Amino acid sequence: MQPFLQLDGISKSFAGVHALVDVDLTVNSGEILCLMGENGSGKSTLIKIVSGVQPQDSGTIRVEGQDVRDATTAEMIRHGIQVIYQDLSLMPNLTVAENIAMARTIREGRRLVRWGEMRQIAQEAMDRIGAKIDPDATVGDLPVGLQQMVAICRAFTSDLRLLILDEPTASLNRTEIEHLLALVREMKDRGIAIIFITHKIDEVIDVADRVTCLRDGRNVGSLTGEELTYDRIVELMTGREVVPVPFVARIDPTQAPVLSVRNLTKRHNFADVTFDLYPGEILGIAGLLGSGRTEIAKALFGFSPADSGEIRIGGKVQPIRNVREAVAAGIAYVPENRLTEGLFLQKAVGDNLVSNVIDDLTGRGVLIDEDRKAAMVAEWIGALSIKVADPSAPVRSLSGGNQQRVVIGKWLTRRPKVLILNGPTVGVDIAAKAYIYEIVHNLAHEGAGVILISDEAPEIVNNSNRILLVRGGRVQRELETRQTSAQELHRMVAAS
Amino acid sequence: MKLFQRSEFYLVVLIALICIFITSQNPNFLTLQNLYGVLRSASVNGIFAVGVLFVLILGGTPDVSFPAIAQVTQYVAVLALIAIGGGNIALAFAIAIVLGAVMGALNGIIIQIFRVTTIVVTIATFNLYFGMLYVLSRGDVLFEVPRPFHDFGGTLLFAREGANGAVYGLSLLPVLWLAVMIVGWFILRRTMLGRSIFAMGGDEVSAVRIGVNTFAVRLFVFSFVGALAGIAGIAHASLVLSAIPNSIVGVELEVIAAVVLGGASLFGGKGTVTGTMLGVLLFAILRNGLVLLNISSYWYDVTIGIAIILGMSANAWQRRNQVNVAVEGEAP
Repeated sequence: MQPFLQLDGISKSFAGVHALVDVDLTVNSGEILCLMGENGSGKSTLIKIVSGVQPQDSGTIRVEGQDVRDATTAEMIRHGIQVIYQDLSLMPNLTVAENIAMARTIREGRRLVRWGEMRQIAQEAMDRIGAKIDPDATVGDLPVGLQQMVAICRAFTSDLRLLILDEPTASLNRTEIEHLLALVREMKDRGIAIIFITHKIDEVIDVADRVTCLRDGRNVGSLTGEELTYDRIVELMTGREVVPVPFVARIDPTQAPVLSVRNLTKRHNFADVTFDLYPGEILGIAGLLGSGRTEIAKALFGFSPADSGEIRIGGKVQPIRNVREAVAAGIAYVPENRLTEGLFLQKAVGDNLVSNVIDDLTGRGVLIDEDRKAAMVAEWIGALSIKVADPSAPVRSLSGGNQQRVVIGKWLTRRPKVLILNGPTVGVDIAAKAYIYEIVHNLAHEGAGVILISDEAPEIVNNSNRILLVRGGRVQRELETRQTSAQELHRMVAAS
Repeated sequence: MKLFQRSEFYLVVLIALICIFITSQNPNFLTLQNLYGVLRSASVNGIFAVGVLFVLILGGTPDVSFPAIAQVTQYVAVLALIAIGGGNIALAFAIAIVLGAVMGALNGIIIQIFRVTTIVVTIATFNLYFGMLYVLSRGDVLFEVPRPFHDFGGTLLFAREGANGAVYGLSLLPVLWLAVMIVGWFILRRTMLGRSIFAMGGDEVSAVRIGVNTFAVRLFVFSFVGALAGIAGIAHASLVLSAIPNSIVGVELEVIAAVVLGGASLFGGKGTVTGTMLGVLLFAILRNGLVLLNISSYWYDVTIGIAIILGMSANAWQRRNQVNVAVEGEAP
């Protein structure tokens, strides 16, 4: 059978750096190909070439056996190739109907808007994938899962032959992911070719017909059928075996809790949240998106403070009415979205690292002691193994895993008593994940209390000693981690 | 439910309350004669405001150069009509629209090519245009505008005689304003061009990916703003019956404030013609009310400040009441 898309010997360099070297890749109609690889392995570049955003330096692209040269995005769409980008590329201020239909009405060169027709195009696309979304809803008001459906519907307004999904599950909750995977399988049954990019190995095993892996811009091999096991995939990705080290808490039973929360309540956010966090502990918080888990974290950090309830730090009542009070009390928070909430992207890696302790770095007077700053930056870059040639390079130039180390490092400089991590490894590859876990384990072993909020059950089970199950803004259950497994936790969260 | 979420709703309520208060203090407010006057004086800012709305929806900080464009086009059109010894008002509009569109287009081209924010570019062109006008005109005031301006500004619809013997009626300026609003509404709601403006304001990168020609759209928006500034310039000359090189500049913040109060977002992608109209009307009624209540006009700026703060607080209050999590067992 002739593959739908066939790439032969694709190479691409940027300013002398090889992003892709002699990559061959095929995908057949009705096949789900999972494309894997660590951050910076060349996946994004490959997609850009396939979708016509950038031309390759050398190599050939064949669509259904036919040579395609220097194609633009519009031409690739005409070949039936569409990409759902990680950022979804939606207009948050427009309605669902417009977001779905507009690409097509522009393509057809319309001048006037017919709202009825827009709704009809949108409805037809939604019917094709069985999506039920109010066509008049504003896209920015929808949960991410539905926004993604909107983006997929948009791809269906043209004759879709190959759909490329770039980390589509990174910001979805469990139910949404299952819905998406079911949809992808259905598209496959209809003969659509799928390239699915993800870091999550369980998804790959779940959905892939074939896995192709890129490492340092090269295609390092493919796996199919029986070969699709966790260990084989990890080995293919990293070139070695990565064994996760489970967290073993070392708690001194005589010590008082570092953080005690009693009946913490915030209207429309959460109610009666009560728990203790001991030094040396990692407390996992599991719950769906919209369960109140993030809101609890934001209240503890003073970002949107609670209405009532009591917070004690080291046994002393500590009101937290704003971020300043939380920080002064020794609480640190690594947010869900590091790009918008956690980093000064344009600023240097070094500046970001010391941004929380800038007051301690002023020598005499008000000026920053540059020598002390440089020493501190060097110390933390070393301690966290951040891969950066020059500390004055902007943070945005780093890979996802390294960016996340900077966010965490920024808070470690303050030696926090309580560290709250919200989805610390979203969009981070396996090797970098292992490193982040190690940092967090060490912090707990040094006596800090850590709260870990995560979507991924294995992450929580591997890296906590106690788990709170949150649902409907309330703590539903508290359990010891050793009494459960990733599968069981997964079920409990999904059932809630 | 939906109604209460719209800033237009709060504006209508606010305007109604203000009207009731002013009327209770001075019944002359609620007379046709006075209301015609309010509309007439609001028209120039109202026309500007439609242009400002387009720029705000496109996203990325407001345009501040429109008063300078109006100033230049007004002066040039008046000079041209003097030079040919009369002419007609259509010619004045044509000159102002074309010249204004060209001056506005320059803003768009600079913004597109150099990727500088609108406010920075338009502060520069404001000074450039306004400065050039002063240099070339040597600040000469044209006290006498040609006949067509008098005719256009003096025409009254539904004219009748007032109690004091003065004739009053609806001036053509509010009609012009209404026409501009209808054109603006049509472009924004009913054309792909208008939806492309919204799309760019929502997310410009995404707009590019769905095939929006961002240069063409941006060029249109800034030419349109320039053309509207030209129209406003002629309307202004017909209202004050002179062309004074510095008689319009200074309105920019007030106009932008009215549009923002009308619900347009400074971050782009959001705004309506109706809201913009209400914002302009609110300020015009406030100004008129202060006169009727015999309050010093210095208080006008104070009330504008308070109105903007109130408008923003209403927005923030709406956000605070937003439900993040459906908490089990909580009263709605």
